[in-house]
Amino acid sequence: MSSQLPILQVIIPLISAPLCLIISRPKLVWLFTLIASTISFIISIILIHQVMQSGTIIYSLGDWEAPIGIEYRIDYLNAYLLLIVTGISSIILLSAHTSITAELSHNKYVLFYVLFLLCLSGMLGIIATGDAFNVFVFLEIASLSSYSLIALGKDRRALTAALRYLLVGTLGATFILIGIGLMYMMTGTLNMHDLSERLPNLSESRTLIIAFSFFTVGVCLKLALFPLHWWLPNAYAYAPSVVSAFLAATATKVAIYILLRFIFTVFGIEFSFSILPLQKILLALGLVGILTASTIAIYQNNVKQLFAYSSISQIAYIILALGMNNSTGLVAALLHLFNHALMKGALFLALSAVMYRVGSTQLTDFSGLGKSMPWTMAAIVIGGLSLIGIPLTVGFISKWYMLIASLENNLWPVTVLILLGSILTGIYVWRIVETAYFTTNKTGLNHIKEAPFSLLLPTWLLILANLYFGINPRFTITITKLTAQSLGAMP
Amino acid sequence: MLLNIYSLLSACFFVLMDAVDVAFTEAAVGVGVSTILLLSTLTITGSFEKNKRIKPILTFVIVIISGFLLIYGTLQMPPFGSSDAPIHQHVATYYIEESYTETGIPNIVTSVLANYRGYDTLGELFVIFAAGIGVITLLDVNTNIKNLSMFKNDLSKSLIQNHILRVISKMLIPFILLFALYVQFHGDFGPGGGFQGGVIFASAFILYTMLFGLKASQKLISQSWLEFFSALGVLLYTCIGMIPLFTGKSFLNYKVLAQDPLQGQHLGVLIVELGVGITVFSIILLIFIAFTKQVSIIGEGK
Repeated sequence: MSSQLPILQVIIPLISAPLCLIISRPKLVWLFTLIASTISFIISIILIHQVMQSGTIIYSLGDWEAPIGIEYRIDYLNAYLLLIVTGISSIILLSAHTSITAELSHNKYVLFYVLFLLCLSGMLGIIATGDAFNVFVFLEIASLSSYSLIALGKDRRALTAALRYLLVGTLGATFILIGIGLMYMMTGTLNMHDLSERLPNLSESRTLIIAFSFFTVGVCLKLALFPLHWWLPNAYAYAPSVVSAFLAATATKVAIYILLRFIFTVFGIEFSFSILPLQKILLALGLVGILTASTIAIYQNNVKQLFAYSSISQIAYIILALGMNNSTGLVAALLHLFNHALMKGALFLALSAVMYRVGSTQLTDFSGLGKSMPWTMAAIVIGGLSLIGIPLTVGFISKWYMLIASLENNLWPVTVLILLGSILTGIYVWRIVETAYFTTNKTGLNHIKEAPFSLLLPTWLLILANLYFGINPRFTITITKLTAQSLGAMP
Repeated sequence: MLLNIYSLLSACFFVLMDAVDVAFTEAAVGVGVSTILLLSTLTITGSFEKNKRIKPILTFVIVIISGFLLIYGTLQMPPFGSSDAPIHQHVATYYIEESYTETGIPNIVTSVLANYRGYDTLGELFVIFAAGIGVITLLDVNTNIKNLSMFKNDLSKSLIQNHILRVISKMLIPFILLFALYVQFHGDFGPGGGFQGGVIFASAFILYTMLFGLKASQKLISQSWLEFFSALGVLLYTCIGMIPLFTGKSFLNYKVLAQDPLQGQHLGVLIVELGVGITVFSIILLIFIAFTKQVSIIGEGK
């Protein structure tokens, strides 16, 4: 059975979705979803071990050899991403039952879990596959379900936010499809490995350059790279808290994975970085993104929206690290994928606890929460410190690698701007801390209690992971270095 | 209306490109179902846009640029229909030469769709499933099943007086259903299959609902049954795919389903297409019912 693991990883959450619809008992469905996601998590741990021991795993679906059929090709990069997504989703699901009881009407519980499972398996499908068109199919599953998940938010503005995301997302998907279509036209194959062998011979072709541009722009829409980010803040702010936590921690990471996979594996570094000026574009957009999004975040009055802008700036950090085009930069980007998932997962989960007790995430409602919800606020503080990049947290590790990468490239201005970005992060985190600890609640709402254990547990699991991987980053650094090597970046 | 014509034209276009199966789907979904959904949306929202004073110059420029880039890029593409083009050299040749002997299915499209790239099709089915679940989640249809009898169905009210339509449709519906079944099970040999079959089957029900009202059609098949069926279809597909796992073969390897590999593949494709048909049918009908209920509720509100 162990040879079937790559497919079981995706199929188990996928088949659980219709099963949940048939079971349709909210509590049972929650347990079922949690179990499905945890099994996927365990499989991903086994897979990463298998990859470390015996190299890339190839799994042909229906026993049709690629390129005739579709294959799953698990190497370091996929295994690493699978681990992030399943791990985060399992931890977030722990809190889901409590959180959605407060935020959704009861007839939508079951449908929520069905959509959640579809979204999860869509992402896993994108990551695991070795086929370009299969990426698109699973991207559609993940996107369609995430649009509906966002629209479930209590606030009516969630609907417009979801509609905007739907329009932008569909546009992105169309661009990606055009890109894939043109690639197929030029090579006659959809298999990524096969494409990577055939594309270098065509690097002069105009059609291929257009295919690459359309594909990249489409993915950048999905990953909310500045200036294509405008759909994200409202979508994250008005979605149900669990959904914000899940999407903020995983969805953009999956989009970055697609970008990495196509830049490095399919088109090859030479085409992406030498023939096309992608490196400079990524570097510039990354820098502008960090500074602009962090500055906008400072002026937000809704904490969810604040963290949404902070997500945009953190994504820009990853893109910036990619744009440095040396192996340290790539390691930094990969580290930050993992680390940012931990931070934002923890922060948004803490916000779901605030939402559960206070019923809003406006900054003014945070006053006095330092006293009434000490554990939740402590989680936000540690998560915030990690976001800034204070030593002993994961944020420090990835920022450190970014700094080294920029110094290796002799990009002094970039180094300074990265530090400036951290200062801006410090300012917006401080605003929350100041309100929560140093202002007293004038309305006299003394009835606010600490969040229930079921919400605190997953939050603190992620916070402890933040600290653990910040103090002992051996696992993440080993795996990211191996990944960077397998992607063919310079040693 | 223009969208409708556009769909019909693109269906014809697909026929010209020798993609009969795609044309079939486009004709059923694009021309039929989506027009009805669009019309019911218009009934809910009203037919005039609010005047907005935004001049979309930037949008226009971006559209022009991307359009120009596309044309620029496609100028160098291999000429249409040329046999030297890369797409006719690589995988496609293999499918054309080998698919009949390997899978025993005369229709190459079906063999690629359900067999070689069966996993993509499973994905597509889940896309449809996700879309349907999304619609019923957002349109909140579950709450008012009980109260439904109080609502008069606006859409059908105007049609009830129309005796000619009613009589002719009543005569047509059995044939539509029969045709849907033919398309469903004949996918191995000619154009057709689960997607088209499911849509056509659903369109018979849609016609019935439009003429005789939501209440009558709910008596025929209720909302919760439709939800059950939509899950059943995808489960059927996935479970068939999972059987080979227990014999050590890969997911979606139909050869193990019978003694003779060819027989097994035949059986596999047949069941898989049935799963597709069931899910597509119930999701299309679910979406239609969700929309119609909205129309009835709004109608009541007025």
